[in-house]
Amino acid sequence: MTALRNIHNTNNAERVTPMKTFASVGLGLLLSSSLMAAHADEVKIGMITTLSGGGSHLGVDVRDGFRLAIEQAGRDDIELLVQDDANRPDLARSLSNEFMQRDNVDILTGLIWSNLAMAVVPAAVRQGTFYISPNAGPSDLAGRMCHENYFNVAYQNDNLHGAMGAYMREQGYERPILLAPNYPAGTDALAGFKHLYEGEVVDEIYTQMGQTDYAAEITQIRASNADSLFFFLPGGMGISFMNQWDNSGVDLPVFGAAFSFDETIIKAVGSAAIGAMNTSLWAYDLDNEANHRFVSGFQEAYDRMPTLYAAQGYDTALLIFSALDKAHPSDQDAFREALREADFDSVRGKFRFGPNHHPIQDIHVREVVEGDDGQPTNRLVGLAVEDIQDVYAVDCQM
Amino acid sequence: MSVTLFIEQLINGLQLGTMLFLMASGLTLVFGVMGLINLAHGSFYMVGAYATALATAATGSFFTGLVAGVLVAAAVGALVELIVIRRLYHRPHLDQVLATFALILIFSEGTRWLFGSSPLWLSPPQSLTGFVTLPGGARYPLYRLVIIGVGIAVAIGLYLLISRTRLGMRIRAGESDREMIGALGVNIARLYTLVFAMGAALAGLAGAMVGALQSVQVGMGEPVLILAFVVIVIGGIGSIKGALFGAVLVGVVDTLGRVFLPALFRNFMSPSEAAGVGAALAAMLIYILMAVILAFKPKGLFAANG
Repeated sequence: MTALRNIHNTNNAERVTPMKTFASVGLGLLLSSSLMAAHADEVKIGMITTLSGGGSHLGVDVRDGFRLAIEQAGRDDIELLVQDDANRPDLARSLSNEFMQRDNVDILTGLIWSNLAMAVVPAAVRQGTFYISPNAGPSDLAGRMCHENYFNVAYQNDNLHGAMGAYMREQGYERPILLAPNYPAGTDALAGFKHLYEGEVVDEIYTQMGQTDYAAEITQIRASNADSLFFFLPGGMGISFMNQWDNSGVDLPVFGAAFSFDETIIKAVGSAAIGAMNTSLWAYDLDNEANHRFVSGFQEAYDRMPTLYAAQGYDTALLIFSALDKAHPSDQDAFREALREADFDSVRGKFRFGPNHHPIQDIHVREVVEGDDGQPTNRLVGLAVEDIQDVYAVDCQM
Repeated sequence: MSVTLFIEQLINGLQLGTMLFLMASGLTLVFGVMGLINLAHGSFYMVGAYATALATAATGSFFTGLVAGVLVAAAVGALVELIVIRRLYHRPHLDQVLATFALILIFSEGTRWLFGSSPLWLSPPQSLTGFVTLPGGARYPLYRLVIIGVGIAVAIGLYLLISRTRLGMRIRAGESDREMIGALGVNIARLYTLVFAMGAALAGLAGAMVGALQSVQVGMGEPVLILAFVVIVIGGIGSIKGALFGAVLVGVVDTLGRVFLPALFRNFMSPSEAAGVGAALAAMLIYILMAVILAFKPKGLFAANG
């Protein structure tokens, strides 16, 4: 099946520019050096992302956001190659080797999941390829394993959870109860929350990864004397939980990170999601020029509401374009400097990189409300934390 | 930990158990009667949930959707038996595992291809939402009690079917000696299709009822399938009674373990460490239970063939 999927995707890998045909095989062998020079301004970007299996809507949105940016900018100097990692670290690893050794890509991007990023990124950047992360931001890559060729345009994994901790503190909640799956990103999420909440929590409940029934946990939450619930249950787990929460008769206010409340998920949860507050680095109703262009362009092109993943894919592309305008990736030092400047109009408004190449950015609060069409949707409420920066930057030595 | 809370968690365990029973009874029947290991049983669970979600969306009535879901699951089960499973009865178990695993992939990717990877929306009907106040004052969701009721009704129905009817007699005969009932003139092919469709219908029923509580999505059946296999191994393969006891045992042990293990570790650990260690151990608990039971009763609690 893996083999089949690979063949399928290779056929699907898009060739954005027709320039490719110039590099005809025979000529290339004879005149390789002069031709290489002629093609020096063309840039190959390899995107490894999750397009099938659990959580595939994240990868699809990153890819579509990236593609939209290419189309809107009308760039014909970019060749985008897309491959599906099926949420499997081993496959992601071998795809990255293929991209680097066979296709000689200049830039890698696309990974959604932190465990896949840990399998791919350290080896890739060591070999001199740039990696620009549109989503995953594991703590190790922000801290002790940071690298000069690694940039994260999205967030460090703790950012959204920590911001919610700060917001709940500020709103006067004193006894939150926390819920997350028992795996690295789950424990990181609760650690990040507690770091900025700076107070006692009533209890922490860890569930099994992929758990579908939450009756026992909901009973536990009801029995506790908590005044609020913060949870991190990505993908289908969050949908199951919210459905059961809605029918349980517990009426604590619910808080989370945007990962549990993206537009795709809240449509599946339905009215049960209404009223939940979530932190996000982006909202479709953020008022700035770049965001208007992105949201209307995305709806027009794909006929659906963009999620934060689409916004991150779009920003990743914009960052790369801004750097390409100043230098070619083959001039590594100049290109790296250009990336560091982050000289692009982010859909988030202001955006800059910290010393560890992770964002320093505002985190916003959104509330799930009933939209005009009766379907739940997110509405911007306000700012959670201004200029948040991850705590791991101090461990980073470049 | 108060008594009401304990009782409430016990009911939670019972509810998980009855749902597992719906899955496990079909699985164990198919294995007992036909000697077939069917990994694709979880796919019928998913088919039932999808059909219910789609029919509910189309008609606006959950109950119509539920009936449609069960019928579609039964029909898909019968079709799969006629086209694929029928060729596997005389093959070794490894071939059966391989073929039914292929069926999982076909069903999952087919469903994704038809309906996309985003989960479908399905929720319990208005008349079944709300709570029941338990003796002691705790409130319990009505819909979960309904699931328990349906599970008990199915258990009684299956018991009567197998012990009191002609079909049940043939099923029991099929379990003890397949060749002999064929020689006695029973149409085995039809019996097998019927039993297989019945198992699929029960899985579809479980998927539909639980889908409304959780989420209807591709691959939803596989985690339940693994638990159902644990249940029939504990209960004794081929035994309906074993499936019932095993399911309730697994449901209760799993639920209570999830709640009480972290509480237990909290006595001598920091809260967040206790939560992590407790959750990890709770995840293993039913497998430990299975290992212990198999050590003393290698054929399970109620082995069908002695």
